[in-house]
Order: sequence, then structure tokens, then C-alpha cells
Amino acid sequence: MIEIHNIHKAFGDKKVLDGVSGVFETGKTNLLLGASGTGKSVLLKCIVGLIKPDLGSVTFDGTYFTNNKLDIRQEIRRKIGMLFQGSALFDSMTVEENVGFPLRMLTEMSKEERRERVDFCLRRVGLEGANKKMPSEISGGMKKRVGIARAIAPNCTYLFCDEPNSGLDPQTALKIDELIKEITEEYNITTIIVTHDMNSVIEIGDKIMFLYEGKKLWEGTRDEIMDTDIKELNDFIFANRLMRDAKKVEEEEREEEREEEERRHEAENHTPAPSQETVQTQNEPQLKNPEGPAATTQTDNHQV
Amino acid sequence: MLQSFGKYLLFMQSLFTRKESAKILFGRTLDEAILIGINSILIVAIVSTFIGAVTCVQVAYNLDNAFIPRSTIGFMVREMTILELAPTITSIVLAGKVGSSIAGGLGTMQITEQVDALEVMGINSASYLVLPKVVAAILVFPMLVILAMFLSILGGYLAGTLSGELTPQEYITGIRDQFIPYNITFALIKSVVFAFLISTISSFRGYNTSGGALEVGAASTAAVTNSVIAILIGDFVLAYILL
Ligand SMILES: Nc1ncnc2c1ncn2[C@@H]1O[C@H](COP(=O)(O)OP(=O)(O)O)[C@@H](O)[C@H]1O
Ligand SMILES: [Mg+2]
Repeated sequence: MIEIHNIHKAFGDKKVLDGVSGVFETGKTNLLLGASGTGKSVLLKCIVGLIKPDLGSVTFDGTYFTNNKLDIRQEIRRKIGMLFQGSALFDSMTVEENVGFPLRMLTEMSKEERRERVDFCLRRVGLEGANKKMPSEISGGMKKRVGIARAIAPNCTYLFCDEPNSGLDPQTALKIDELIKEITEEYNITTIIVTHDMNSVIEIGDKIMFLYEGKKLWEGTRDEIMDTDIKELNDFIFANRLMRDAKKVEEEEREEEREEEERRHEAENHTPAPSQETVQTQNEPQLKNPEGPAATTQTDNHQV
Repeated sequence: MLQSFGKYLLFMQSLFTRKESAKILFGRTLDEAILIGINSILIVAIVSTFIGAVTCVQVAYNLDNAFIPRSTIGFMVREMTILELAPTITSIVLAGKVGSSIAGGLGTMQITEQVDALEVMGINSASYLVLPKVVAAILVFPMLVILAMFLSILGGYLAGTLSGELTPQEYITGIRDQFIPYNITFALIKSVVFAFLISTISSFRGYNTSGGALEVGAASTAAVTNSVIAILIGDFVLAYILL
């Protein structure tokens, strides 16, 4: 359980966090929800100690963290795993070196033990066999998986994820969300996820904290979120829904166009039209890691 | 300006607080040394050979006088390259090559949150990332400068003899004339100081990048210009103190 109390943070005269308090429960996926620029990332960084809050305290399972002695903070930090918005993989290292890195730095494990643990973690996130790849060679979704594997490698007790599904297509995003939820429940860790995505809320939000301009405006479960009467939250949900609906309409239109084209092709040369996926890869060979929904449907779990 | 310098000093201090284990830092230093060394040999070789050749030709042009023995050309080439050209020009070239790559690499790590990832793990990112670069530069720069001295004298030899300005014997006589071993020591001291300046200034610029790709580019540029100015000031100060 992580407790935060009255966190304040300003950069210059710009107030970013204005007295945020709350509790994040163990074994649950706790969501920090809010529009861009409301200070979600700053709050997350304040909690893990990457940014020092101007005022306020953070407590990990009863141990005071924020301004405690260095060795106590280090002790807690060793139990923290973090998935960054851009994955933040070390780009000079292979996938397996990335996952093994915290083990090499923070534990006394032997080479053999480390290799086993790395393999286990990669298998857990569905990436067995990607050991020798470089971060530049894998897709955004795979990077997130490696990031998760690296975060959980040293048996973390607390998992922090900053926008785990930003930059991913909806399908891949959903898989990443589910993976985080599974891991949270399986290992009974305290997970905090920063998101602006209502899909995540609906799929995995055990407990949600809504931030608006540096303040906590609402807190509750995903079942309660639809019946709230807080205007800002309703606006946020509505904007999200609009976007999702617009996306859906667009996708349906694209689907129709594709079918139309297939019919035309068939009528023209009486051979089955190539599927959209192959057309895409033929036309855009330079596109190495297509993350679009069309591309992911053909790949299996392991390569997303 | 003064504020930057203060921040630079604080940054230097942070390199030496809560260091990682010697074993890990040693391995990283070796990696960095190989990176800096291998990537710089070619450019240092080309630049120093030509510097030697140009120096020889120009000295020969200036000493076109029957009363001055031709071997003086070799002597002048040696004095100029060992004392000044090999260490200083090599360091300026390395400021461009090594400095920009250090600043660019650290800047990219900063904006892609790789530095934060290290910090979350409880690793002192400054000492883990920067200290090995500084030590590696201090180890490798003198070697590159020795190479540069050798090749610039060779360049002078080739230019002088192939153009018929002087005979090989005259050049070698000149090279051996009144040799002062302390000059080599002085040049190596310079190279160590320049290595320290380039690696720490560039690391400082790169490590303190925030923003995006544009800022990484700006950090690289600042790293190179600041390093070059520091080298020239350092060159003057060292000559004043040690000669
Ligand atoms: N290091 C910083 N220095 C100055 N301002 C910052 C810094 N980090 C974040 N901010 C500002 O804080 C606000 C909240 O940022 P952030 O927490 O990243 O938003 P988000 O909720 O989208 O994650 C933004 O307006 C941003 O400009
Ligand atoms: Mg953010």
C-alpha cells in the first residue's frame, strides 16, 4: 500500500500539483486518470522520488519515503519497478541485457540465476526468443513488454506505469493493460498506472483517481465512474467517448472501403484479392514495425 | 556564465557521491575507452599527418636561406608538433568527435528517460554514466596524442623529402637536435587536462538536456564550443605555468 499526503509541486511560478492525497492499494491496479498536462507524470515522479515534492509525504507500506535517509530510500527503490512512457530501454543493450540489468546492478545473483530469471520474465510477458534483439529492432508494443519484464525482474513490490498504452493501437494497448493487471494480481504488487484512456479505466481500473489541474477531483471504482456528477470528469469521459466513437466510425468506413475494393478486384480479374495486410507490406517495405490494427491482427500474441 | 560554472562544479561533485562498485565501473570504463579510442584513431591519424606535412612545407618556405642549415626544418617541425600542434589540435578534433558524441548520447538518454530509469533503480546515474567516460578519456587521449606526435613527424618527413626540400638525413638530424624530453611530458600533461575538460564539459551539457531532439542537438553544439574554448584557455594557462 502506498499513501501520499498533501503533495505540492511547482516549477517556478507554475503550480503543477496542488495538495494531492490518496491511497493506492496492494494487489490492485490503481489508475491516475486525467487529461494531458494535468500533472500525472509529475505526481508519479514525486511518488518514486525522481522529483522532490515541495511539500507532502509519500509512504510505502508504512515506511516514510520522501525525505528519509538515503539508505532507507535506496532500500525502497530496490523494490520499485517502473515502466516509462517511451519504455526507456537502454538502447545500447539487447533485450536480455536490459531485463538482466537491474539484477546485475542490484542483486548478488550468479550469471546462471540471472539468465534463468531473465528468461522467466521474458516468457511471462510473452517475449520468449527475443533475447538477442536490440531495442531499435522491436515494435512499440514489444518495447513496452520488455519494459515490464525489466520492471518486474528484481521481484518488485511496487509497479509504476506511465501511460503504458500511449502510442499503441487499441488492440495492443488492451493486451498491455491486461498483462499489467495479471501481473499485479499474480504477484500481489501495488500498481499505479497513469493514463488518459477511458478504455483502460473500463478494462482494468480497480481504483481510479481523477486529476484535474493538479488537484484530485474524484476517486472511486470503475463502476462508480459513470454515475459521477463532477462536471470536469464528465467532460473528460465525454471527450474520450467522442474520440472513441469517431475512431469506430472511421474504422468501419475503412472496412467498407476495403470490402468495396475487394469486390471490384474480384469482378475485374476473378482472382481473390490480396488481403489488406499483404498490400500494405508490399507497398511500404520501409515500414518495419507496423503497429496498426491491420498489422496486429495477423501477428500472434508474442510479436505484438 | 558564473551560474553554469557553479552547476558544473556541483555536477562534478555528484560524480563522486554514492558510486557503483569498482567492478562495474571498471567494466564500463573499458567499454568507453574502446569506444573513444577506436572511433578516433582514423581522424587523429589523418589530421596529424597533414598537420606535420603542412608545417614542414611552410617552415621550409620561411627558412629559404643559405645561412640556415636545412636540418633546422626538421627541428622546427618537431618543436611545433610535439609542443603545440599534436596535443592541442588533436584535442580540438576530439572535442568535435568525442565531445559531441558524449553530449548527444547522454542528452538522448536524458530525454528518453533512460537516465530516470537508472535513478528509479537507485543507481547514481551521473557517476554510473559519466565517471567511466572521464576516466576512459584520460587514459586514451595521451595515447592518441603520442600517435599524433609520431604521425605528424612522419608527415613532415614525407612532405619534406618527397618535395625535395631536404634529404632524409637532414630531417633526421634536425629531429634529433637538442631534444628536450620534458616537452613530451608537457604535451602529455596537456592531453590529460584536455581529456578531463572535454569529457566533463560535454557530459555536463549532455546530462542537463531537457526537452526533445532539438535540445539534444543544441547540447552537442554547446559541448563542442565550450570544450574548444576551455582547451584554448587551458593551453594558455598550462604554457604559462609549466614552461
Ligand atoms: N521538469 C519540469 N520543469 C518545468 N515544468 C514541468 C516539468 N515537468 C513537467 N512540467 C510541467 O508540468 C505540467 C504537468 O506535466 P505532466 O505531469 O507531464 O503532465 P501529464 O499529466 O500529461 O503527465 C506541464 O504543464 C509541464 O509543462
Ligand atoms: Mg505524462
